[in-house]
Amino acid sequence: MFQGYGAALADTSTCPQPWDEMFADPLRPDSSQVRQAYCELHSALGHLTRDELRGRAEALASSYLAQGVTFDFAGEEQPFPLDAVPRVLAAAEWQRIEDGVRQRVHVLEAFLADIYGPQRAVADRVIPASVVASSPGFCRQAVGLLEEGAVRVHVAGIDLVRDESGQWRVLEDNVRVPSGVSYVVSNRHVMAQTLPELFARMAIRAVDEYPQRLLEALRASAPAGVEDPVVVVLTPGVFNSAYFEHTLLARLMGVELVEGRDLYCSGGHVWMHTTNGPERVDVVYRRVDDDFLDPLQFRADSVLGAPGLLTAARFGNVTLANAVGNGVVDDKLVYTYIPDLTRYYLGQDPVLPNVETWRLEEPEALAEVLDRLPELVVKPVDGSGGKGLVVGARASASELDRLRAALKRDPRGWIAQPIIQLSTIPTLVEEGIRPRHSDLRPFAVNSGGDVWVLPGGLTRVALPEGQLVVNSSQGGGSKDTWALEEVGAEATSAVRSRQLVQLSPPPSRAHDAVAPAPPSRPVAARPRAAVSPVAGGPPGTPGTPGPRGRQWHAPAHAPQDPDGSDRYIQQVRHQQQQSESG
Amino acid sequence: MNTVLSRVAESLFWIGRYLERADGTARILDVHLQLVLEDPSIDEDQACRSLLSIMGLEQVGDSAVTSGDVLELLAEDQSHPASIAYSLYSARENARRAREIISTELWECLNAIATKMPRRLAADRVHSFCTWVRERSAMASGITYTTMSRDEAYQFFVLGQFLERADMTARLLATSELTQEGGPSWTAILRSCGAYESCLRTYRGVPSTPDAAEFLLLDRLFPRSIAFSIQRALGALGELDPGTSRRGGASTAQRLLEQATSSLQYRPIEEVVAELPYHMDQIQVATSAASEAVKARFFPSEATPTWVGEKA
Repeated sequence: MFQGYGAALADTSTCPQPWDEMFADPLRPDSSQVRQAYCELHSALGHLTRDELRGRAEALASSYLAQGVTFDFAGEEQPFPLDAVPRVLAAAEWQRIEDGVRQRVHVLEAFLADIYGPQRAVADRVIPASVVASSPGFCRQAVGLLEEGAVRVHVAGIDLVRDESGQWRVLEDNVRVPSGVSYVVSNRHVMAQTLPELFARMAIRAVDEYPQRLLEALRASAPAGVEDPVVVVLTPGVFNSAYFEHTLLARLMGVELVEGRDLYCSGGHVWMHTTNGPERVDVVYRRVDDDFLDPLQFRADSVLGAPGLLTAARFGNVTLANAVGNGVVDDKLVYTYIPDLTRYYLGQDPVLPNVETWRLEEPEALAEVLDRLPELVVKPVDGSGGKGLVVGARASASELDRLRAALKRDPRGWIAQPIIQLSTIPTLVEEGIRPRHSDLRPFAVNSGGDVWVLPGGLTRVALPEGQLVVNSSQGGGSKDTWALEEVGAEATSAVRSRQLVQLSPPPSRAHDAVAPAPPSRPVAARPRAAVSPVAGGPPGTPGTPGPRGRQWHAPAHAPQDPDGSDRYIQQVRHQQQQSESG
Repeated sequence: MNTVLSRVAESLFWIGRYLERADGTARILDVHLQLVLEDPSIDEDQACRSLLSIMGLEQVGDSAVTSGDVLELLAEDQSHPASIAYSLYSARENARRAREIISTELWECLNAIATKMPRRLAADRVHSFCTWVRERSAMASGITYTTMSRDEAYQFFVLGQFLERADMTARLLATSELTQEGGPSWTAILRSCGAYESCLRTYRGVPSTPDAAEFLLLDRLFPRSIAFSIQRALGALGELDPGTSRRGGASTAQRLLEQATSSLQYRPIEEVVAELPYHMDQIQVATSAASEAVKARFFPSEATPTWVGEKA
């Protein structure tokens, strides 16, 4: 199954080698090299042939098509690409990621509250005012919009990568409208059908709590004094690439999915058009960017938002989640200040370090970057998901020249980072199972009191060989991500301790609970009555709970009377067979 | 009863209509094509033209219309609003827009129908295609009946379904216009809506023309009759809008539908049969006016967002 796994690595001189998550030495993909967390998976895959695995992968894709788990690719609906080989994260490893993500969310909340409020970090010279004010995501309309202590980052998606030494690092923060969580939920659902044998053997932490957690956080953030808040999900509409996600979240939270045209604002409140007239809306989980949210405040040509939304928010009559103005922390230059801000606000060192980054506004840094451009990755500060990114080693001389000019013209608009060989995970591709680069986006939900991190998160994987950009708009796939339970964690024994209620044996033997004999007559005559006990030990074991008198109703034509019925039915059948003497 | 977004309610209403339209069109098409095949005396061009006009289509050019053209217009052509393909895709698109309201089972059913819709139909597959369409829409209705709460969303589905059914049965009955010139026999018409056996049992024998027409127009128990369909639509309207006035049938839609059935019920059946095409047109006019009234009452839609000035 793993034949030729690391072959592509052997003849490239990439140095250093990427961290492979399954094999300590990907050049020798045998069981002696398998890392602890992957042992079960490795042996399970070893029991399958390639064709069997491919068959399961195809079943998986067609199930996604049938369910409509698709994304918009070049105007066509494609099944969302999910690889049949999952990623496994050991319990301790996951714990560290969870701690790191939680800490990150706390810092981002503190920073947003500060810069849209007292701006202490600027006064204390932790971050220059110019960096904040020049950030494309900084939003003057958000200053003083929210009360102290209000949650701004209801949902965060923190992109992590694993470097050559196996160290997890934060690559970017997404606290505007992070997407992808629906794929975590649906990937898990379909993987349970694809590799059922592993779900039985491994303690994989569940992900289906997410919608409830999100709903709790949204309800908790409702305007003061609203007892039973009306929550809605605001979607740009059916043509948005994440529309599937919006419907899934609305459905699993049991709330309305609205478009901008379903809302209107009047009297400082937000209302939705229902068949019974207007209904007040208290919390809007909006999946529409700031720019389109309110044509009175942002883009005047937007048809996706609701005019007056921000005014209603300013009155404190509606909560927008995530808050307006969060984009400032998605800025990749602001990102470089987060470790310092962690120490400043929390007095802690970051659990998860950043990727080393050059700030090009510093003249020495710019000079060094211009000099070493072919060995670096350069990114625009406001491009998420690999948009506008240039990998120096892959760029032509003229592209590099153009890039140099762009960097000199607008050093604030770019950052540079060393090329990181993202960790690889075995992935099913054309040639078989091969190492492919991947990242991880864990999701966190902040309810105000507590930051909850969804166990696992979305693993994206770059399918072309050697490709380091994993975004699905660039031909990326995804993997189900299994965060494992602590070994020896308390096994749930609820099933064992529950009192069993047996299905009733056939009523004709209701008095004979000890030894049900095999059916002595055609079962078909009373189909439902022939159900035998399914629980409570082998039939006939003395002491198993007796029947409780629950009976299956039988059709009127098959009388239940144990003594009379059989003879009667036989007589009827006999006479019916005999009566046609022609 | 739970309220529902106007936009979503409209989607539910149209899922009901499109499913029923696909089903009705498949039934009509099946009868027509069989007729053209089995009866050599029929002028194909003439029969096809009347069928297209019954389905509300403009006449196409001067060249002879063949069954192939009819098949394309009424079954295959995705871009043509009268086709089965168009109805099935539209039902699915509306389901996509009401995805969070309908059950997952219904969504997967509609999604599968749209993806399995053949792009081209071979002549020998037409009958089995029509059967397939009928079965799928029966499946979708069945799933709706067994998985949806009887809330407003459901009532809109039912309203759309039965309004469309009244319209479709009226069109099917109008095909008998051709009876004198060798149009489909009443037996064929009854069979196409699964009414043949039921009608036989009701009238205890092979039904005469007035009997068959009466059965499909006015039978209170047969679920495809016009009277039954309108009664169900009125029931759904009553649930949606109980009204406060002591006068029954207060809303415009209710009034229009009551009027339409009354004009059938309180007229000798022979008279109705004698002018069947006219009366069937009246039913179609009434259902479409009722549909407009429902739209105005429940789905006030603005294409662009309105800016309402702050009163505060």
